[in-house]
Amino acid sequence: MHVLRERVIALVTALGVLVAAGAGAGARAESFDDALAGFAGDSYSDTEKAIEAIAASGNPRAAIVIGALQDARLFFNAGTKKVYVKTESGTLLDAATGEAAAGETISDLKLVRINNRLRRAIEASLGSLTLLAPDPARRFEAAQAVFRSRDAAALPALDAALAKETDAGVKRALTEARAAVILNMSAAKQADQIEAVAIIRARADQDAVALLSALPAAASPAVTRAARDAVAAIQNGLVLWEAAQNAWYGLSLGSVLLLAAIGLAITFGVMGVINMAHGEMVMLGAYTTFAVQELIRSNDPALFGYSLAIALPLAFLVTGTIGILIERTIIRFLYGRPLETLLATWGLSLILQQAVRTTFGPTNREVGAPSWMSGAFEVGHITVTYNRLWIICFALVVFVALLGLLRFTRLGLEMRAVTQNRVMAAAMGIRTSRIDALTFGLGSGIAGIAGVALSQIDNVSPHLGQGYIIDSFMLVVFGGVGNLWGTLVGAFSLGIANKFLEPYAGAVLAKILILVLIILFIQKRPRGLFALRGRAVEA
Amino acid sequence: MEPRTTSALLYLNGVTVSFDGFRALDNLSLAIEPGEMRAIIGPNGAGKTTKMDVVTGKTRPDGGEVYFDGTFDLTSLDETEIAELGVGRKFQKPTVFDSHSVENNLRLALKGDRRARKALSWRESEDERQRIDRLLETTQLGAVRDTIAGGLAHGQKQWLEIGMLLAQDPKLLLVDEPVAGMTDAETRQTVELLKEINRDRTLVVVEHDMAFVRELDVKVTVLHEGSVIAEGSIDQVSANERVIEVYLGR
Amino acid sequence: MTGSPLIRALDRVSIPFLGLLAAIAIVVPVLNLAMSPLSAWYVPTYLVSLFGKYFCYALLALAIDLIWGYCGILSLGHGAFFALGGYAMGMYLMRQIGTRGVYADPILPDFMVFLNWPALPVYWYGFQHFAYAALMVVLVPGLLAFVFGWFAFRSRVTGVYLSIITQALTFALMLGFFRNNFGFGGNNGLTDFKDILGFNVQSDATRAALFAASVVALGIGFYLCRVIVRSKFGKVLIAIRDAEARTRFLGYRVESYKLLVFTVSACMAGIAGALYVPQVGIINPSEFAPANSIEAVIWVAVGGRGTLVGAVIGAILVNYAKTTFTSGALAPYWLFMLGGLFVAVTLLLPRGIVGGAQDPGIAQPRPAE
Repeated sequence: MHVLRERVIALVTALGVLVAAGAGAGARAESFDDALAGFAGDSYSDTEKAIEAIAASGNPRAAIVIGALQDARLFFNAGTKKVYVKTESGTLLDAATGEAAAGETISDLKLVRINNRLRRAIEASLGSLTLLAPDPARRFEAAQAVFRSRDAAALPALDAALAKETDAGVKRALTEARAAVILNMSAAKQADQIEAVAIIRARADQDAVALLSALPAAASPAVTRAARDAVAAIQNGLVLWEAAQNAWYGLSLGSVLLLAAIGLAITFGVMGVINMAHGEMVMLGAYTTFAVQELIRSNDPALFGYSLAIALPLAFLVTGTIGILIERTIIRFLYGRPLETLLATWGLSLILQQAVRTTFGPTNREVGAPSWMSGAFEVGHITVTYNRLWIICFALVVFVALLGLLRFTRLGLEMRAVTQNRVMAAAMGIRTSRIDALTFGLGSGIAGIAGVALSQIDNVSPHLGQGYIIDSFMLVVFGGVGNLWGTLVGAFSLGIANKFLEPYAGAVLAKILILVLIILFIQKRPRGLFALRGRAVEA
Repeated sequence: MEPRTTSALLYLNGVTVSFDGFRALDNLSLAIEPGEMRAIIGPNGAGKTTKMDVVTGKTRPDGGEVYFDGTFDLTSLDETEIAELGVGRKFQKPTVFDSHSVENNLRLALKGDRRARKALSWRESEDERQRIDRLLETTQLGAVRDTIAGGLAHGQKQWLEIGMLLAQDPKLLLVDEPVAGMTDAETRQTVELLKEINRDRTLVVVEHDMAFVRELDVKVTVLHEGSVIAEGSIDQVSANERVIEVYLGR
Repeated sequence: MTGSPLIRALDRVSIPFLGLLAAIAIVVPVLNLAMSPLSAWYVPTYLVSLFGKYFCYALLALAIDLIWGYCGILSLGHGAFFALGGYAMGMYLMRQIGTRGVYADPILPDFMVFLNWPALPVYWYGFQHFAYAALMVVLVPGLLAFVFGWFAFRSRVTGVYLSIITQALTFALMLGFFRNNFGFGGNNGLTDFKDILGFNVQSDATRAALFAASVVALGIGFYLCRVIVRSKFGKVLIAIRDAEARTRFLGYRVESYKLLVFTVSACMAGIAGALYVPQVGIINPSEFAPANSIEAVIWVAVGGRGTLVGAVIGAILVNYAKTTFTSGALAPYWLFMLGGLFVAVTLLLPRGIVGGAQDPGIAQPRPAE
């Protein structure tokens, strides 16, 4: 803060000179040349004066000259008193004109020396030149610096800059900087200060709160009151933004939970099969993505942008096939014995993990993100990353597709028939064992495509699936077994609840709390959020 | 305990149960007098099993009154408490303890202190041994007393379950489809058994089998879509227009 | 079913088994301590400790078998009770270190000094007394099981639902114990123990004594389980396992039975954990990992659930196999084997090795509907 303050003072001084110099516009060209001569004096005080004069000149070459001075690329000829700039490529230019300096060699020239005090002056003048820089972004930055320093000395300079500013964004920044300065000036008029409070209030962020909460003790009661009101209002607004940010994180977490659990909602929820290897299906989906990307990298890197699109159907096929195999070879023999199914599939999960560990190694594998998945944008005070956004969309698409499949296709119809009344379905000519295998394959396949999405935000390691299995089961139970909508609502409500608890309890404790809450909830409603009531579910 | 309002042993008034909008019981009213045997018939989904569930505390009604012995509000008690009051239930699908012997099945059902603490230090008394012998005789299961119940024939399982009901020494027996899957001979024997039980206990028998109901020769209640549509002797209800309509689907 | 249940439990199965355990408890320590290391009869100390550990696992397996094999409650969180018992013992052992720790603080264990804790947390009070710690070994797991079971059984959470929430329970505890501010040493857990009841935990004599204590605890646990399953209480447990609704309609308060047996089982698991910790010299949060609890279930399945001897044999066999394979060239394949064991046992050997030979305990697997 201290350095900043000094910089601002220097900047303001420079601007003051600038304003003064602005009075006689005609003298400008001359003053630039005159000022340049100051660098040839080989004295620190001359150089300092020269810096101020150059900064005030308004000459477009001013920034180049001072920048060169800062980088020790400004030279002078002691005899002719002419000043030269050495470009970064090493050629010498006449500082006044910018043309190549004919007949001078670097060995004849002396470097314009600077010390620490001068360095500060240089930075300040560069700052002032920044305020006047053609690039609005740099002007904006300069205004922000003043806003944070709140130095009263900056006021005239700010007024001058404001008068010239055309960019709306920069103008607002300058106005806010000015308001900040006025609020910290004991000499300012009360009306001005109240107006300043209003300007700062409109800013509505943490900086505004910090500024308004730290008014000088001498501020009049009216101003203090206005500031207090403003802080309260801003904080209310900020709480809303924070809630919105938490809600966004919650949605994001919810979509991850939904993706992980949605396949389980089929195998466990619809078929009643406890598949502890479900997490490993997700993991295999993620490794399929990795394998696809490896192939693309080594064969045709141009396709990288499509790697996820290629991995999705592949992952579905791979995990779906494995799912059908598991159903045919193991689970089929264990129907009606859920606890045994649980143990056998746990064993399977150990085997699958170890198989992946042997094939791909025990460490995390890098799965890249295509360009459309990376980056972020801001909505108000919320940061939205593209990968999270796409995953939310993807989770919803998968959900809707699954719902549609169950409701509108022949397979879905037969699946529902088998779940509701196996004997009757068999009597109607539905091949129930084929439907069992396909249903299990579908659930596993969905876990696989969830793995493709999750490879974008999680570490792809043999343990990937383990992290999701307990959450997924809790979620399906919480949402109500056999109810896809319950899984959807459950996923998002758990996600959001988790993210809202985190700021108070910390991530781990929030997770524990959620687990405990679900345990208590299951006590209260053992059949979940959207339980089907009746005799059918008890059978 | 509330004052006695009815002479009936089991009294249902305006009982309603819905599952997801479907009314399993719709304003059902029924009174079973002490010592009576009542047959309840009705097509599938008429609410027969749900009625049993309500009486035994498995399902809580959405509305209506259920009183046992005129004083006990069954809607506020759970299965265990209702069983302790003296209501025994036989399931539609015979349910016995498959890995216990026939004798142990009866032993577990025998009336006595049910508390966990007592069960740890429990020792069989001479009286209890005799009661088990008598029950084995009544249910004609003496020859298989040491057989694991899971290995019994279907009819024997049904009888074992009835024997377990008797062992509980209940005042009221709810018997759900006792002759389902039985041979004709077994059915006739069951009729005799139920009649014998009825000498000192009240029974409610739910059954599909009209021939069986006719043989029981007791008052019949016909349920349809969760309410009573006819009551009377088997001949009376068989002649009832509504009943014919419901059964024949006219 | 006549005679005192305490006597009745001593039958054809129990007497030889308890006799065998008694012999092991005496002979192995003697062969370790009294024999010269050069003698062919000498039992090396590492084997004593290894099998001491297995006997603790066997006690845990018994605890699981009591509720799973006899009452149909599949707990996937029994490792939590085991670990809690272990932590209670670990806390006693930590307090015994005293000034011999790295930071030489007479009261605070090293990790608390390291974390700049000013004073001992209240829940560590009293653990310098062995009797208090021993009480906690039983009380803490028992209380947790009681509270958890009271909620779960009263609201009739059964079957896989119960399994899943027990798994969540141990998972939540694991997350908690990993945190430093829980006050149990975080990641590293409790270790660097010096002595127990004044005896050096590393010495051969102490190790032999701990071995004998584990075998005796297993014997007592076995006898207790035998008393339970041979009593009418045990018959009711099997009745609940076979037909819970029927048991309820007979007038039994199913939740009381389940709660009692679940709590007893958790206490047994706690004792197993307490004996385990001084023998392995460490207790850390990974003991809470859900995988550990499920692994313990497979010991029971391998040996034969519903047979108490089977649970003991299964625990020792599987763990012996684990030690053998994970220390050799086959180490990378151990998880394949363990996984295969889960699948093979449930598919091909649902009654386990000991099977129905001793108890007609297990119901026939129900056919597919």
